[in-house]
Amino acid sequence: MPKTKQLRDVEKIRKDFPILDVKVHNKPLVYLDNAATSQKPKIVIDAVTDYYEKHNANIHRSIHKLGEEATAAYEEAHKKVANFINSDFQETVFTKSTTESINLLAYSLTNDLKAGDEIVISQMEHHSNLVPWQQLALKKRLKLKFIEIDKNGMLKEDSINENITKKTRIVSLTHVSNVLGTVNDVMEIGKIVHENDALFVVDGAQSVPHMPVDVKKINCDFLAFSGHKMLGPTGVGCLYGKKELLGEMEPFLYGGEMIKEVTFEQTKFNDLPWKFEAGTMNIAQGIGLGAAVDYLNNIGMKNIENYEKELVTYAYERLSKIKEIEIYGPDADKRSGLVSFNVKNAHAHDTATILDGEGIAVRAGHHCAMPLASVLDIAASVRASFYLYNTKEEIDKLAEGIDKVIKVFK
Amino acid sequence: MSQEDLDPSFAGEGIYRENILDHSKHPHNHGSIENAEIKFTENNPLCGDVISVNLKLNKHRVEDIKFNGSGCAISQSAASILTDEVKGKTLEEVKKINREDVVDLLGIEIGIVRTKCAVLALVAIKEGINKFESNKQKPNN
Repeated sequence: MPKTKQLRDVEKIRKDFPILDVKVHNKPLVYLDNAATSQKPKIVIDAVTDYYEKHNANIHRSIHKLGEEATAAYEEAHKKVANFINSDFQETVFTKSTTESINLLAYSLTNDLKAGDEIVISQMEHHSNLVPWQQLALKKRLKLKFIEIDKNGMLKEDSINENITKKTRIVSLTHVSNVLGTVNDVMEIGKIVHENDALFVVDGAQSVPHMPVDVKKINCDFLAFSGHKMLGPTGVGCLYGKKELLGEMEPFLYGGEMIKEVTFEQTKFNDLPWKFEAGTMNIAQGIGLGAAVDYLNNIGMKNIENYEKELVTYAYERLSKIKEIEIYGPDADKRSGLVSFNVKNAHAHDTATILDGEGIAVRAGHHCAMPLASVLDIAASVRASFYLYNTKEEIDKLAEGIDKVIKVFK
Repeated sequence: MSQEDLDPSFAGEGIYRENILDHSKHPHNHGSIENAEIKFTENNPLCGDVISVNLKLNKHRVEDIKFNGSGCAISQSAASILTDEVKGKTLEEVKKINREDVVDLLGIEIGIVRTKCAVLALVAIKEGINKFESNKQKPNN
């Protein structure tokens, strides 16, 4: 049986997500805020509960039955996530979030950077891939450069080539824009980065949950992403790094768990990936992320990508017909599963409030990318972002909700 | 108040009562005052709303007030209604206005997130007064 069959049966998938039965203002929940966080299938919720009810113990230190079980489950989760992005176990560090992963790099990767060295990011970055580099640059007097975007929300090719040069030490770029949905060609850009002997960091927060991401194929040096956007619990994220790079890097946090041997004078750090996992980690959440990966694998990331493409194409066409709205970003074929827009005469917040009255959850604001909002010259926008459990009927409801907004603010 | 306690008739389009839409489309006291003693700008980082207030004082009384800004219907109508309310009051009286008063003036019920929009003008006015008073206390140098 071809795998795509499974996703055609979206009603079956919806049954795996208990929250989709919730009523909002007496109407069925239409959850279109997946770029902020995804909902969780029952098997993820159960994995977390099961850990607390049957296996709870601290890991890597407790020589007793539960300690063994917890350690095995937590390590197993690392293996699952590593396989998911085609990395090795030692290259797969659990963190709190994408933000923490990038902060880890901004602190630990930059010891030998000196004043005048250049870091390149782009105008479409989320604050999590902007502020850590910006603050580091201010502290170490590095130069932070921005690849520009064009009016369709695509990276300008000449700006890529102008900004990435022999002076560049690190390029950190989002794979998929959380505001515009633009999918960047990280494979091609990675080649340019490496031709210039710089390191390539990819922010995968909006790509890893929605499409197959293979770190060996992309050939990135680092990849950061979050668990909660890919059906996993909050409080767990991941940093992939090439073994030799992680091996050379200084730890980010010092303390328990990340050590091998401590004397009063010095410390021998633990093996990868534990060297970067100081203190008691979010064990239950890590195990929950492993369950989320199982769920996604079972459906297939290519199937999910194809299904979302279908949804976003439908949404783009449906919303483009409404003459009172303006849509931002590239055409449907160049974007991932989200649509950002504004309704004429209505502020994004007011649009979101009226949609909320219809049970529809969207995001309104600058989406944690204030500099991008200023490039686009919009204070705020509304974002509808899709996932594997959304349906075309829900997009119809969104369009009907927008009609209400137009009526109120005509 | 939890979200559940809200009167359901204020959900969704329900909060856009006629007075709210009127004030947001035709705001009172819109503009600026050149020789205002108090000028202050406050923004809501959540949504990018910005409100600048100008207060012209006569001793300790607000003789005139104007605001400029951009944002959602809630923040703009609240600024319109609140500036009407503030005009003629003493600074001490203005300082006593709180977020519940603003919501009462609007005549709607709103959740915790939108309350931030509603009080943006109030925060701008109060911060402006604070800054004005603390500058006055500093010795001239």
